[in-house]
Amino acid sequence: MATFGNGLPLPIFWEPFLPSHPWSISVTEDASFLLSSARVRRSYQDDRAFKRVTLACALFVAILFLGIIWSLLDGAWPAIRAFGVSFLFTETWNPVTERFGALGAIYGTVLTSALAMLISVPIGIGIAIFLVELCPRVLRRPIGIAVELLAGIPSIIYGIWGFFVLAPLLQQYVMPFLIAAFANVPILSSLFAGPPYGIGIFTASLILAIMILPFVAAITRDVFEAVPAVLKEAAYGLGATVWEVQWNVVLPYARSGVVGGVMLALGRALGETMAVTFVVGNSHRISTSLLAPGTTISATIANEFTEAVGPLYTASLIELGQILFLVTFLVLAAAQFMLYRLERRAGGRT
Amino acid sequence: MFLGLSVAATAFGLGWLGIILGTLLYEGFSGIDLALFTESTPPPGEMGGLLNAIAGSLIMGTLAVAVGTPIGIMAGTYLAEYGRYSRLAFFVRFVNDILLSAPSIVIGLFIYDLMVPTLGHFSAWAGAAALTVIVILVVVRTTENMLLLIPNTLREAAVALGSTRAHVIKRVTWRAAQAGMITGVLLAVARISGETAPLLFTALGNNFWSTDLNAPMAALPLAIFQMAQSPYEDWHRLAWAGALLITLAVLVLSITARILESQPERR
Repeated sequence: MATFGNGLPLPIFWEPFLPSHPWSISVTEDASFLLSSARVRRSYQDDRAFKRVTLACALFVAILFLGIIWSLLDGAWPAIRAFGVSFLFTETWNPVTERFGALGAIYGTVLTSALAMLISVPIGIGIAIFLVELCPRVLRRPIGIAVELLAGIPSIIYGIWGFFVLAPLLQQYVMPFLIAAFANVPILSSLFAGPPYGIGIFTASLILAIMILPFVAAITRDVFEAVPAVLKEAAYGLGATVWEVQWNVVLPYARSGVVGGVMLALGRALGETMAVTFVVGNSHRISTSLLAPGTTISATIANEFTEAVGPLYTASLIELGQILFLVTFLVLAAAQFMLYRLERRAGGRT
Repeated sequence: MFLGLSVAATAFGLGWLGIILGTLLYEGFSGIDLALFTESTPPPGEMGGLLNAIAGSLIMGTLAVAVGTPIGIMAGTYLAEYGRYSRLAFFVRFVNDILLSAPSIVIGLFIYDLMVPTLGHFSAWAGAAALTVIVILVVVRTTENMLLLIPNTLREAAVALGSTRAHVIKRVTWRAAQAGMITGVLLAVARISGETAPLLFTALGNNFWSTDLNAPMAALPLAIFQMAQSPYEDWHRLAWAGALLITLAVLVLSITARILESQPERR
């Protein structure tokens, strides 16, 4: 703790919260001891008040987080008490008999996100490599900006586009083709079975993939750009091809950053609401076919919450929200950890 | 071969952007006329516009920005200026980043639980509250980032002249980070103008003109959601027009933010 002149410890009210200061000598407090004119005292009081206001606002953010956890727990309590753990493993979703289970929604959420990642991660990394390594300088900024703008378009726009443009297109051309093409292949025939509704798990995954793509591309690009040029130049100097440099030098170096970025995108995919709600079909039945309608956690909440009658129905929907929050929390926390590690390493090397 | 693959990936990604914007422009412009801005939601089959939804979005958005910006700036200032390495700041930073990427529908559920049963009805207040939360999260992140860019020497120089810390922050660091902080607010506005999920069960939506903050209120994204899912051709047209309006707003805001950000700092 800084002392100055009179040797008294400083009366900093919030000291317990501040183990170390960015710039540590606080002139303010001491000045007020040395010169106790009214004007100095006032600026001293202003200073403390200002600090308390900023601290209160920071605490407010922390309280928001705790409040969200508490309110979800509180709202979901009737459902937790009624169904217990079996909520997670029950497929039934019947508002009439008030039997609710989350399995269908969880299945849809996981499946659509997984498929979306499967499509968008390789393509996103491809875009990142293109932007960092191959793109002519003139095009680099415009394309980078375009990718970022794509990431900023609200999800409802993707939803309405998927609903009016993509779904009919899939229904008329792609789905009948898939069904016909794989009709006689043992496993694929059940994956691509049933009438082509246009909406369903498959369409939702596609829309999600398109939405997630810019995130993956933008984050991996940033990570790739942080790879020291010396490493790449050394590899090129040894006669490595572009592919070999990417695969053997850039990717291993940037691994934790790429994984972090992918998980950040996964967190978005899991919680994505509006784009999916339009095209997923809102059916709680689990079907082996990817073309069949399904539902996700967020789509269920969005579709049914305002129509939910009875406390148990509402509570079940809130419990769904709670599950979603928990899962995305874990995924995002892991993502932050990976990115933080990369940042620390980059900081240590330069 | 490898080159081809990554060029193909980029073309694929940008292709979607082109297709989506193309459809949006084509379908949206055919729906834009004067009535769009002067009349409220029509009954199916009649002429009308999105006036109530546009007004609702503006009202709730303004409230959210007015309340959320100061809180966000103050909290971001604490993180960057006072508690840079403190445990509390570490926790707040972590929590803020999680909530920023967490599904916004969860924020809707939170505000619902907090406000709707207590007040007994859906209301514009609740919708504005949900948007406020999002504004705070965005502004905290950008404010902290921008303040961290300001070199410490600037602060030390001001302190050496005898300024109090509050004075240094208000007169020196905020001023130096001004452009960046405005960018943050613009980004927050861009983010909330398309948010639908947190409004679904807070503001609920309204087919009529209403400025009563205690009643359900329309919002553009909600109107799009409702109209696109309806079976009426006229409503589809309005939904596309609304979607175009939102997209244009978001694009203009994010491009402005980008220009502001890339301008050299005035010292």
